[in-house]
Amino acid sequence: MIDVKKIKEMFPIYKENPQLTYLDSCATSLKPQRVIDKMNEYYTHYGVNIHRGVYQLSYKASDEYDIARNKVAKFIRAEFEEVIFTRNASEALNLVALIYGERYLQEGDVVITSELEHHSSVLPWMKLCERKKAELKYIPLDEEGRITVSAFKKILSEKVKVVALTYVSNVMGYITPIEEIIKLAHQYQAIVVVDAAQAVMHLNIDVKKIDADFLAFSGHKMLGPTGIGVLYGKKKMLQKLEPLLYGGDMNEEVNLGSVTVKEIPYRFETGTPAIAEVIGLGEAIDILESIGIETIHEYTMAIKNYALKGLLALEGITVYNPTAETAIISFNIDGIHPHDAATIYDNADIALRAGHHCAQLITKWLKTNGTLRGSFSIYNDYQDADKLIKITKEAVLFFRKFAGENNE
Amino acid sequence: MNNIENLYRQVIMDHYKNPRNKGLKGYPHVHIKNPSCGDDITVEAKIENDVIVEINHQGVGCSICCSSASVLSELLKGKTVVEAKALIKKYFQMIKGEAIVDEEELEEALAYEGVSKFPARIKCATIAWKALERVINGDVDEE
Repeated sequence: MIDVKKIKEMFPIYKENPQLTYLDSCATSLKPQRVIDKMNEYYTHYGVNIHRGVYQLSYKASDEYDIARNKVAKFIRAEFEEVIFTRNASEALNLVALIYGERYLQEGDVVITSELEHHSSVLPWMKLCERKKAELKYIPLDEEGRITVSAFKKILSEKVKVVALTYVSNVMGYITPIEEIIKLAHQYQAIVVVDAAQAVMHLNIDVKKIDADFLAFSGHKMLGPTGIGVLYGKKKMLQKLEPLLYGGDMNEEVNLGSVTVKEIPYRFETGTPAIAEVIGLGEAIDILESIGIETIHEYTMAIKNYALKGLLALEGITVYNPTAETAIISFNIDGIHPHDAATIYDNADIALRAGHHCAQLITKWLKTNGTLRGSFSIYNDYQDADKLIKITKEAVLFFRKFAGENNE
Repeated sequence: MNNIENLYRQVIMDHYKNPRNKGLKGYPHVHIKNPSCGDDITVEAKIENDVIVEINHQGVGCSICCSSASVLSELLKGKTVVEAKALIKKYFQMIKGEAIVDEEELEEALAYEGVSKFPARIKCATIAWKALERVINGDVDEE
């Protein structure tokens, strides 16, 4: 089980902000000292470029860089060459649309997605469909706002070439039945692109077991640095694809009128990469694995369920996802714009997100102009949940009084 | 809740619940949207001989954003363009927490003084004012 006191000590932000109740881990996780130190170690002790240098320090840097890629690969049960580094999940998802979709999608084809998607999962395909005169279809969500296998089946057809779906919704916290969906999609020769940005810290990801064709996530949502993301692609798929960007490092031989490109994954990574960030991400994975993803999931769910119970007992609030199976609560104080409410939390040193969370389609589906979202991670404790409940109660009363005075 | 009570003054809720001059009539206007929170405001003004004779607004958003559009529509109506520009400047200074002179000139808009303690809300309190500033500068939206 998690010793939260010890865990909190790993995160230096709490030394500066001892009062902080951080409930915005869906947006980005806090950073452990060990990750920061690991990045500093690179800059301080072997901060040179990788691959090209024919000298010892460069070997050290290259070595650490490769070790980190290996850690990422093992973490999602992939192979070394199936891991492409990008800036973040958004860039990784765009890359799939540009290297795969641009080449294979044709007029009249169908791309399936959902209203639960983060903008980064849906917009690259929306724009591609526009250019290609292909059709973008949305899986009708069930009454709770979930993606179901039966609804997916209904819109699946021979015309479907790509399915782009989230693994865990960043607003509703639902887990998509992705394995079954991928199985069905493959029966129709469609490929599946999985947005695992929210899933990566809470579910054991096994790309082989779910048989994903592409899968993307960001380092900064899993205790790692910002500016580093991962695109997993099936080896056979990547091998037949051409790079989007050309330049240094990705080529093999350059002639006056031609160029041959490197093997995967290098052909998709041009220019000096985010070396410190990659190495830092490797350290973050070590930390996650030492705690255990299942332990993280159980722990965060226990606190979330405790907070949820407290919130549901209050009058004057609406919780949109009481049945979510990950540690996200989306709610509103009735009649109060989420940004007005967020200020009350901010004033009490509770950091939570207010708005549409880069997922306007689901806030529109919920028929609201935004929600408050509290998300829980390993550094949260029951006091954080108590504080959320207490301040929510105060906020309800405050706005009731505020509105009431005016009516007198 | 001291800062909070200072932020959410009664005048704000009053204008939020009962907005004045709401509804557009087709005068030159500017539409501004803050995609991160959904504040979405259009402000229009009728200007005759360098005097603002009418200001209307339309939109959705939080209480700070919507009420401030209503407050400004009353405060700046009847002012000359030069006077309005000076008041807008003064309002922005106050929101940023800077010292201002003759603060009573801001009348009900003074209620937004507390915003300076909440940097995350500065955008909400200034979006309508920025739209009006553009209207009186002639930098209006095309039809």
